[in-house]
Amino acid sequence: MNKLRTISGVFWLFKMAWRDARASYTRLLLFMSSIVLGIAAVVSIQLFSENLTNNIQRQSKALMGADFVIETDQVPNEDVQKVIDSLNADASEVSFLSMVAFPKNNGTRLVNVRGLQGAFPFYGTIETQPENAYQQLMQQDAAVVDATLLLQYQLQPGDSIKIGAITLPIAGSVESIPGSNAMSSSVAPTVIIPYKVVEATQLLQYGSRKEYKYYFNQPEADLQALEQIIEPQLDRQDADLDTHVSTSRRLGRRYENVGNFLNLAAFIALLLGCVGIASSVNIYIKEKLAAIAVLKCIGASRKQSFLIYLIQVATIGLLGGIIGTAIGVALQGIIPIALKEFLPFNVEIGITLQPLITGIGLGLIIAVLFALIPLIKTYYVSPLEVLRSGKSSKVGVGAQISIAIIITAVLFVFTYWLMDDQLNALGFILGVGFTFLILLGSASLMMRLIKKYFPRNGTFTLRQGLLNLYRPNNQTIVLIIAIGIGTFLISTLYFTKDILLSKADLSETKSTANLILLDVQPDQVNLVQETIRSSDMPILDNIPLVTMRLHSINNKLVSDLRVDTTTTIRRWILNHEFRTTYRDSLADTEQILQGEWVAIHNPLETVKISISDNLAQDAQLTVGDPVVFNVQGVLMETVVGSIRQVDWTNLQLNFSIVFPDGILENAPQFNVLTTNAATPDQSARMQQKMVQAVPNVTIIDLRQVYDVVEDILNKVSWVINFMAFFSILTGIIVLIGSVRTSKYQRIKESVLLRTMGASNRQILKITAFEYFSLGILGSLLGILLALISSYLLALLVFKEPFIPSIIPFAVFLPAISIIVVIIGLSNIGNVLKSSPLEVLRKAA
Amino acid sequence: MSKILKIHGLEKTYTSGSKELTVLKDINFEVGRGQTFSIIGPSGSGKTTLLGLCAGLDQPNGGTVELCGVDLSTLNEDERAALRNQKVGFIFQNFQLLPTLTALENVSVPLELQGNRTAASRAALLLEKVGLGDRMDHYPSQLSGGEQQRVALARAFCNQPEILFADEPTGNLDEETGEKVIQLLLDLNKDAGTTLVIISHDLDLAARTQQIIRLKGGQILSNQPTSTVDYE
Repeated sequence: MNKLRTISGVFWLFKMAWRDARASYTRLLLFMSSIVLGIAAVVSIQLFSENLTNNIQRQSKALMGADFVIETDQVPNEDVQKVIDSLNADASEVSFLSMVAFPKNNGTRLVNVRGLQGAFPFYGTIETQPENAYQQLMQQDAAVVDATLLLQYQLQPGDSIKIGAITLPIAGSVESIPGSNAMSSSVAPTVIIPYKVVEATQLLQYGSRKEYKYYFNQPEADLQALEQIIEPQLDRQDADLDTHVSTSRRLGRRYENVGNFLNLAAFIALLLGCVGIASSVNIYIKEKLAAIAVLKCIGASRKQSFLIYLIQVATIGLLGGIIGTAIGVALQGIIPIALKEFLPFNVEIGITLQPLITGIGLGLIIAVLFALIPLIKTYYVSPLEVLRSGKSSKVGVGAQISIAIIITAVLFVFTYWLMDDQLNALGFILGVGFTFLILLGSASLMMRLIKKYFPRNGTFTLRQGLLNLYRPNNQTIVLIIAIGIGTFLISTLYFTKDILLSKADLSETKSTANLILLDVQPDQVNLVQETIRSSDMPILDNIPLVTMRLHSINNKLVSDLRVDTTTTIRRWILNHEFRTTYRDSLADTEQILQGEWVAIHNPLETVKISISDNLAQDAQLTVGDPVVFNVQGVLMETVVGSIRQVDWTNLQLNFSIVFPDGILENAPQFNVLTTNAATPDQSARMQQKMVQAVPNVTIIDLRQVYDVVEDILNKVSWVINFMAFFSILTGIIVLIGSVRTSKYQRIKESVLLRTMGASNRQILKITAFEYFSLGILGSLLGILLALISSYLLALLVFKEPFIPSIIPFAVFLPAISIIVVIIGLSNIGNVLKSSPLEVLRKAA
Repeated sequence: MSKILKIHGLEKTYTSGSKELTVLKDINFEVGRGQTFSIIGPSGSGKTTLLGLCAGLDQPNGGTVELCGVDLSTLNEDERAALRNQKVGFIFQNFQLLPTLTALENVSVPLELQGNRTAASRAALLLEKVGLGDRMDHYPSQLSGGEQQRVALARAFCNQPEILFADEPTGNLDEETGEKVIQLLLDLNKDAGTTLVIISHDLDLAARTQQIIRLKGGQILSNQPTSTVDYE
């Protein structure tokens, strides 16, 4: 019997919730739409991340093209060669950066030459145009060239390409190669040639940056054993073994970070929607308090009254979750297109259950959670309200604190689940909380200031417009938060993009290098200098480079440190081939932090080197510490003489290790020269001459690098814009929701004003002034917050001077304010069109 | 005659800033079952506060209220709500219908709260009785003031209450409509044998009840049968 009563009781609650919602369904749908886009963003990103992980796992072999690979950046030594031979490599590759020339139009370009032999790839394909171009080049000496490069230089199969000392016919264009993406080949496009012709190019000289790869087609191989036994052996010989599993793991981790960023961007949109829900439900419940008091008066318990409205909110949350999830599923197809340039493979779209459950659950939880603060009022409302309005009991402080703790805890758990890092999750929650608090504080402060310094002598419309900002049921706080967050997001995007671009910017002065010539052999220096001068260009730097590896740090052998699991020295230090130089003076971009700069080596002392501060930190070195280098097989004892701060952000030649004059002059070395080309034409002419004269010299055109960086940033900002779109659109929906929620009150007030003789023009002015104030303050606060955060980013992260873009001030500020005014004015359209009596009756 | 409402030493004070305002002081009276009873007094005399305390909508600062044999101070808010649902009916000056519910739904809510499966049919019967059989599906905003108060009457009698509190039941109605509503109220009350407590400043209305309490400044000036009241 009791059970029956309980069931009928629950049924009654749903019935009452439905009855009450009937009259307000448009408003409830508007609340719901606040969270729909946020959910859609979260679900689409979640689905995309899942698909990406599944694709990486499924395509791991195709991503590598082999089961495993051995890599080394020098000709394999005897030990490494033994391992390669014992494992029986099925294909091999040598790759290096080089200048190439196109005789057809005298074009020159820095490319990544990949000399291949064997049946690589064993998984996936090298896609070419024509389709058999790759097979063709393996049978006859030819080259396949990056498709974009062919287009740029208007080349066709049958034309030729000059690589070092040889000229090869172009067999076709290469569209994709396992493991590489469009972005990775933008600086140095790929050119594939047969391995057997590499030597004839005469490009592999001392100092050349090259990489040897040995591919294995052994599906039955015990990859775990290879990683555990062979890899440490190779590691000691400066070689590396990668299996398709470890590569896909690494790739997965890399894209996990991208996923985390996108997830957070989606989450911000959702949070913005939550603010909308909280504010709209607050006004909604305020209007329901009288009815709740009546219900309590005729016998409804506190729990029943609370549950009726909880059911309403939970239902709109659930519906929002379902609709948002459906939109998210539809949208997920767009994300791979947005990220196409950054992905090394085509992501096959599929639907997995977990993101769908997350989306629907999130809609339900987030709606209930953020509506709890206003909802709890229904529990505490006194039935005495039926007799005297305004007597409703206040919500206890304990209840408010408990709700705040629950909201923070759930947000933290969700963020932690997204980021999988407690500290980052906490930082994110604090950051979001701080931004919300600043906007909330600013809105409250503005209301106080207007109240305190109210312009009593102002015009009627000005006074009414200002009054609207702080009178009961005002939307000032929620609108300023919604507008502020939206503007903050898009402005930060613009400012940050500016910082990144200015970082890569080239000063167009004759004394700044914009062309760097690498791999110049000592006997080529004169010829290179002559070639530069004959093109009417200056020699800005002629820097000698000596490559070496670390042999021991603080008397500990690097080979021992590599297997020492307790060492905190960063791994890259132990495997890196350092390109060092020697000179007698500091560069403009350097500053001594510790120790003393030694200009010339004193033969009676140990060699005193200068190291950069980041190297000192990663290698845990300080002044006076002994370091032994392996310079082409010869061990050289040194001590750290000084630690320098180096401005790495400068696109000039910087070094982490600098020797004094008088020690490395006779070591095997090559040179780097820099020059300045006044125009791209001058640069192209010099490059043509240089490739003819010294084909092995690599030329980096910083103008091209800048173009590539700009292109990458444009693509990245497209992705960020795409994510910001969710927040901005959610902001607009929250805006419309907030404005509409107060519609009836506003209409009633405007009608009363009209009844008392106010003209349409005056009502329009009052409303326009109110919303313009909200728009301008919200967007200004958002831009200022973005300015501060971008300034901090420039100062602390990018270490760049920050010159803010004018666009947020000149475009966003007026545009957003106008949008807010339009939405606000649309609210009183009815009043202006209808007679006061008609509207008053409707409002009643 | 057994007593349905016993008020003893009732006090109510409100705090406004640092000031304490005594609204009711040392109120004592009893109402017998089936009796009709009026509480009259000028504005600010404490009538509405007294009604709120009698019906368990508010809690006194001193004294006791025994309603239907239950000391209200021993009940929590939900228990008081349950008592109201089972044994009390209300009529308010501004009708207090739920705006999102139809007339029929408004009337059936008290019975639905009890889990009564015949709520709708009983509500329909009562609406027929108050002459609104053809307006059952109308929302309050679609009804006139008199019609709304008739719906409120039907709601008040729907759960067959032992006692019915009416706060200025004609306060928002014109004279003619008010008279009709009062006649209906008294007829329904007679049929159901319910105890009726009316709060009003309308002496003519009070004169139609059996007992009158006069309140002034939060205290009882007089408590006497209507037949002995000197209207001068």
